[in-house]
Amino acid sequence: MSTQTTTAGHAATPAWKEWILTTDHKRIGVLYLIGSMAAFAVAGLMALIIRAEQMELGMQFVESGTEYNGYLYFHGAAMILAFLIPGLTGFAANYFLPLMIGARDVAFPRINAFSVWLFYFAIILALLSFVIPDAPDIMWTGYPPYSITTSANTSFYVFTVHMLGFSSILGAVNFLVTVIYMRAPGMGWNQLNIFVWTTIAAFVLQLIFIPVLAAAVTLLLFDKYLGTHFYDPSAGGDVLLYQNLFWFYSHPAVYVIFLPAVGILFDIIATMSKNRVFNYKAAVYAGIWGIVGISGIVWVHHLYISGMPDWIRLGHMVTTLLISIPVGILTLSLWGTLYKGAISYNTAMMYAASCLYLILLGGLTGIPLAIPSMTLHLSETSYVHAHFHFIMALFSAFALFGGIYYWFPKMTGRFADGPMATLSFWLNFIGVNVTFWPLFIIGKEGMPRRYWDYEMFKDAQVLGYSFEDFHKVATLGALLIALGMILQFINFIWAAKNGKPAPANPWNSKSLEWTHTASPPGPGNFGDIDVEVDENWSPYEYNNK
Amino acid sequence: MKKLLSAMMGLTGTMMLSGQAVAQDIRNPAAEWEELWDIVIFDITIIGVIMAIAAVFFLIRYRANSPDQVGSARKLTTVQSISFALIPAAIFMADDFYLAAKGWTVWNAYRNVPEDAMEVKVTAYQWYFEFEYPDGTLVEADMETPIKIPVGQPVVFRMTSEDVIHSFGLPHYRVKEDIMPGRQTYVWINPIETQNTAILQCAEFCGEAHSQMANLIHAVPQEEYDAWIAEVAAEG
Repeated sequence: MSTQTTTAGHAATPAWKEWILTTDHKRIGVLYLIGSMAAFAVAGLMALIIRAEQMELGMQFVESGTEYNGYLYFHGAAMILAFLIPGLTGFAANYFLPLMIGARDVAFPRINAFSVWLFYFAIILALLSFVIPDAPDIMWTGYPPYSITTSANTSFYVFTVHMLGFSSILGAVNFLVTVIYMRAPGMGWNQLNIFVWTTIAAFVLQLIFIPVLAAAVTLLLFDKYLGTHFYDPSAGGDVLLYQNLFWFYSHPAVYVIFLPAVGILFDIIATMSKNRVFNYKAAVYAGIWGIVGISGIVWVHHLYISGMPDWIRLGHMVTTLLISIPVGILTLSLWGTLYKGAISYNTAMMYAASCLYLILLGGLTGIPLAIPSMTLHLSETSYVHAHFHFIMALFSAFALFGGIYYWFPKMTGRFADGPMATLSFWLNFIGVNVTFWPLFIIGKEGMPRRYWDYEMFKDAQVLGYSFEDFHKVATLGALLIALGMILQFINFIWAAKNGKPAPANPWNSKSLEWTHTASPPGPGNFGDIDVEVDENWSPYEYNNK
Repeated sequence: MKKLLSAMMGLTGTMMLSGQAVAQDIRNPAAEWEELWDIVIFDITIIGVIMAIAAVFFLIRYRANSPDQVGSARKLTTVQSISFALIPAAIFMADDFYLAAKGWTVWNAYRNVPEDAMEVKVTAYQWYFEFEYPDGTLVEADMETPIKIPVGQPVVFRMTSEDVIHSFGLPHYRVKEDIMPGRQTYVWINPIETQNTAILQCAEFCGEAHSQMANLIHAVPQEEYDAWIAEVAAEG
């Protein structure tokens, strides 16, 4: 195993240069964190504009439908591709996975640095869409023929996807090699943190499925700018080909986000409950790998109303419903890990507890959507919008923020917990419920997604209230989240400088990132002595019963 | 009272009776959708409530008394480990197949078009729907000028698009299907009651005026429909 340190102190090098040229996985992790949080802030601002516009009938905030569609595009694409995926598989995996397996860095540190800079260039490219006159307006899904016939600039979308995809593929190879070859001597597969398992599962998905997405959007580029006809039915192309290719990647992409979030959740809950993960092997082999196994044969549930043959819609109904088995087993393991635990509460644990609620609500509201006859009505309504926000966006974002609080002492040597953290947590938690519950209710009555206006529903009533009333409540919720997030970011920045100093292992964890490193860990992570573990070691072994 | 009732029956028309006699044998997907919704919501509420109570109980009951306290859960034996995977898996799978069977039944209602259904051709454009009635009459509609269909008469819409992908979303009848260039799709509805509130909306993102692509579909008594279609045909 290589023991060289990659950022050994060259005192003469200025700090900015050290950060730009760094190949240290922890600094790369921090770079991912900064980039993904910046994307989150901008995409969150787009969400506020969207909610403000929907608050009342008619056009108030935006000046045209195209402008609104541009914000929708940016919100979806940036939240998924530039916030959730890089936040979870970029930041969290980079910073903590090598520490958890006792490695001094990833297998290919320079390629790792290349990945993060590709990510930054992709963000810059995405942000340029606010400067160019013909910003993409094609939603994050980019369905042809609209994405080909629109006067907007589809190439920005395609090249952003290319760069992020390239970055993820390099990351996937890097992390799979790291976990396979660079675990501390003595560390068997059944001794890995759940977060390590979920991360490699996510990277296996990226490695298999990203090339399909890359191919799909490349053909889009050819159709729009080179005059090919892959998706053009008037010249023998197929209008549904893109949707199939796109969701063949993009449903597994949901698990690329969901799985590492679950992994963070397991690590927080096991540590804060001082309990071993309940039924570890079932969670890993049936739960995590069950999801990976099934992820590639459920994509048609995104095409239930797309005129696909009946037999394939019914077939994918069965496979989609069967996702409940691996997810159910993971859920039981989460619940079981609390059983007979010794739970102490901090901000991270509050986020983790709220994630239990979010996984239940988001997961169960997906069951009607797994059934095509239900989806014939629910598809493309704000019911779907609320469902996937709860399970994918909110669950994963809450797990990520919980993870930031949990690992904050490790990254900075200081606690981020305190009244400000608690207040911002409650604002966020109440805010997401106030925002998305009304959307479930009016969605079931037919409120469509991706509308900047809903004039046609001005007379419609649900439970004695108009759609507009529900939208007003949802917008109020979005304001609560905005306030919570602003306080949260102020808190992070303040705590990194002035927070209460933390010892190396403040939560008394058994996991290597806490027991074997300083806070923050220095170059090479583990000082002079390589980490070794014996066969009885486990990151979750708090009692010997 | 009886007289009043029979008078009302008379008003809504003997014409309707023939239609209704057919409608009784024909399934009503919108009503079956609501029944299935109730079943599914009941199912997921039970799971949700059990799991939520367990979570709240665990989170409160197993709080640590001191910072040094550790959890006291025992290691699972191999039999326990396998049981805790297989038994829940079997329960979830049973529930999945139960829901799949229910969903499949309703699916058949949605996809099997009754033989005597009236056929209306729909062509979608950015940003309106155009309808072609069986007699060849072409109708464009908006939120002020509805299209009409006769009550008690199943209607099948055969749909295609002339530009981008749209979607035929009709929440009143709990149905939706995409409309694509180069392909034909269909939905059918069974309007068993008169109504003047059903909104047809585009439900697949199609650009600038996507949010304005909507019109009303009224279900009216046969004679009102006949008068309307004659009027539209004369104008056209």
